[in-house]
Amino acid sequence: MQRVYLDHAATTSMLPQARAAWLEVSETVGNASSLHTSGRAARRVVESARESIAEDLGIRPSAVIFTGGGTESDNLAVKGLYWARCSQLGQNQLTIVTSAIEHHAVLDPVMWLSEHDGAVVEFASTDRQGRVSVVEIEDALVRGGVALVSIMWANNEIGAIQPVHEIAELCKKFDVPFHTDAVQALGQLSLGLGELDATAVTISSHKIGGPVGVGALIVDPFAKFTPVMHGGGQEREIRSGTFDPASIAAFAAAIHYSVADLDEHAARLRELQEYLIAAVTSAVPEAILNGPPPGEARLPNNTHFSFPGCEGDSLLMLLDAAGIDCSTGSACTAGIPEPSHVLLSMGVDEKTARASLRFSLGRDSTKEGIDQLAQALPGVVERALRAGSVSA
Amino acid sequence: MSAMRIISAMSGGVDSSVATARMIDQGHEVVGIHLALSRTDSNGKSRGCCTLDDARDARRVADKLGIPFYVWDFSTEFAESVMDNFHSEYELGRTPNPCLRCNEKIKFSAVLDRALALGFDAVATGHYAQIEHGPDGVELHRAIDPLKDQSYVLGVLTQNQLAHSLFPLGGDTKVRIREEALERGLITAKKPDSHDICFIPDGDTAGYLVRKLGEQPGDITDATTGEVLGRHSGTFTVTIGQRRGLNLTVPAEDGAPRYVVDIDRESGTVIVGAPELLDVDFIRAINPIWAGTPLGEVAVDVSAQVRAHAEPVPASAYVNGGELCINLHEPIRGLARGQAAVIYSGTKVLGSATVASTNRVGMQSSLHGS
Repeated sequence: MQRVYLDHAATTSMLPQARAAWLEVSETVGNASSLHTSGRAARRVVESARESIAEDLGIRPSAVIFTGGGTESDNLAVKGLYWARCSQLGQNQLTIVTSAIEHHAVLDPVMWLSEHDGAVVEFASTDRQGRVSVVEIEDALVRGGVALVSIMWANNEIGAIQPVHEIAELCKKFDVPFHTDAVQALGQLSLGLGELDATAVTISSHKIGGPVGVGALIVDPFAKFTPVMHGGGQEREIRSGTFDPASIAAFAAAIHYSVADLDEHAARLRELQEYLIAAVTSAVPEAILNGPPPGEARLPNNTHFSFPGCEGDSLLMLLDAAGIDCSTGSACTAGIPEPSHVLLSMGVDEKTARASLRFSLGRDSTKEGIDQLAQALPGVVERALRAGSVSA
Repeated sequence: MSAMRIISAMSGGVDSSVATARMIDQGHEVVGIHLALSRTDSNGKSRGCCTLDDARDARRVADKLGIPFYVWDFSTEFAESVMDNFHSEYELGRTPNPCLRCNEKIKFSAVLDRALALGFDAVATGHYAQIEHGPDGVELHRAIDPLKDQSYVLGVLTQNQLAHSLFPLGGDTKVRIREEALERGLITAKKPDSHDICFIPDGDTAGYLVRKLGEQPGDITDATTGEVLGRHSGTFTVTIGQRRGLNLTVPAEDGAPRYVVDIDRESGTVIVGAPELLDVDFIRAINPIWAGTPLGEVAVDVSAQVRAHAEPVPASAYVNGGELCINLHEPIRGLARGQAAVIYSGTKVLGSATVASTNRVGMQSSLHGS
């Protein structure tokens, strides 16, 4: 049985270009902060990668702060900006404006700041399709005392693309830092970061075919960040820690490839996305597509359905046995599925939220794979319905 | 036995690890499941029964054995059916067995039902008990290792549940199972056995109940004189037959040890007295559950067991008005309402019921505690 991988939003296979770049650098020795020849060679790799990423994303090289991945970048943006703003403004309590559909890598540092540092949190609400209310963000900015606004570029569970340009403009008007988590958007959408007035943008390598464990925070070079990690003072003392030249080079290679290939890739994914939605809804007519309709408001790789009366983890397990990898939404540490906070905040009831699955597409996705899913689904849903009725 | 699709409940201990391996060796298609039963961390996120280490160990054994592995969250069901019941039973002055309750309501009910609905044929666990196929259906028997026999906590299973249950370890000793785990290179081979109630990992049941139910102080009185001998912080902090930790302020005249012989939930009084007062020769037990054919109104010879590790006692048992009546041929010392009485014919489990009242040999009242 050929396995069908439909969880590319969780992670995707490494691009050959990224693997080649990683292997090449891994054969050399040198700490990029060392002063000798080997050190400078390693530093050269890091700086070339920085320039390559800057060029591909339309920003200045000095805007790229390398990190250990998306979660670290989000933590640095949220905590780093909050603390810096508090000390800049001489305040010990400010407001953070965010949405309830953010990834936990944003939500949890925000809630941590609320619990430990007294930060006031305002959640801009989302509509039924998962689009964040710009009006509510503006209202919060008008009320004042805002340390930062953090709204994701595109949601990881339901693929809803957010009006980040509008929000960025608003924030600029009120002179408030704006952070956006673009982990899911990179490689799916044309970001044009040069045209976005953001203070900080989170990107991650492994979602676009680079290695796990490396990412970046794209920053406004004039913005102040209080570091989260203190140490050797790398990355302008914003992010200490030894550079990982091999992973950074591979990250740059992955960005270069995915930006160059973007139009073709996105068009292919959009076609598969429509094919998948049609296949699933014809296999299981009761299935409900969550999030925006396919098109401009939705990531091209994302589909997300509720199967009323089923438990998402029953569906996942049965599909797994049928050779299909998918997800109930966001992965969880202990492997225990919780109802999606994203769906709940969109107004979906807990039972329907628990009944959902995400199928996310990638470079190796094919219509044949989707056909295999559509073939397995009716039987899987029927069994999960039976299991759902005994546990209800 | 033809190949079946089996859910193996993997606690992360040595027993369920070996049970799982044996099911695979027998050619079955096995999926490992770890049950997340209690939510104990401060974020309210699910944590597995006991510890995250157990969940990890279970996962690593499944990896080693090359089978799919998932965590099933039954924490809501566990809280409602086992923990809430545990609290309310103690509050009502009874002594419940949460492991029995978990087997009845979770492992061989919610989990088994879900497994069957998902297309599996049976649930396997690492319990020490034996399934045999008799003329009238499936029979539950004691394990051959008397030190590990767990048929008592499985005494709540019905014929239908037993028909879909597998206990691959019941024919071996614990020593042999540990050796086998070592031979198989399972990381759980040397893990110590767990003895405590999984949601009271420190073993301090009284402290746990005081935290849950709040202090409900009352008198400790003498069974014969009625004299107040001390105070307690809640009737649920003591059990029938308990001797230590009562902190009696009035010494016994003859210096003889005194035991908790009764709990009067109505007045919140704990009654202490001589050990002879604990002797029980008759049990009336309610809500019987039968492993096979129910007993009738004619008394039959059985053996009765009232605790997980108690010695079985010869008895005769019959049903009267839907209740299980047990005449004990030798008295049992210290039996509390709420405990389960499991009756056996030889090694075969006949059924179980919840102790509602008893006759105390040494007490005036004929049917105590009804």
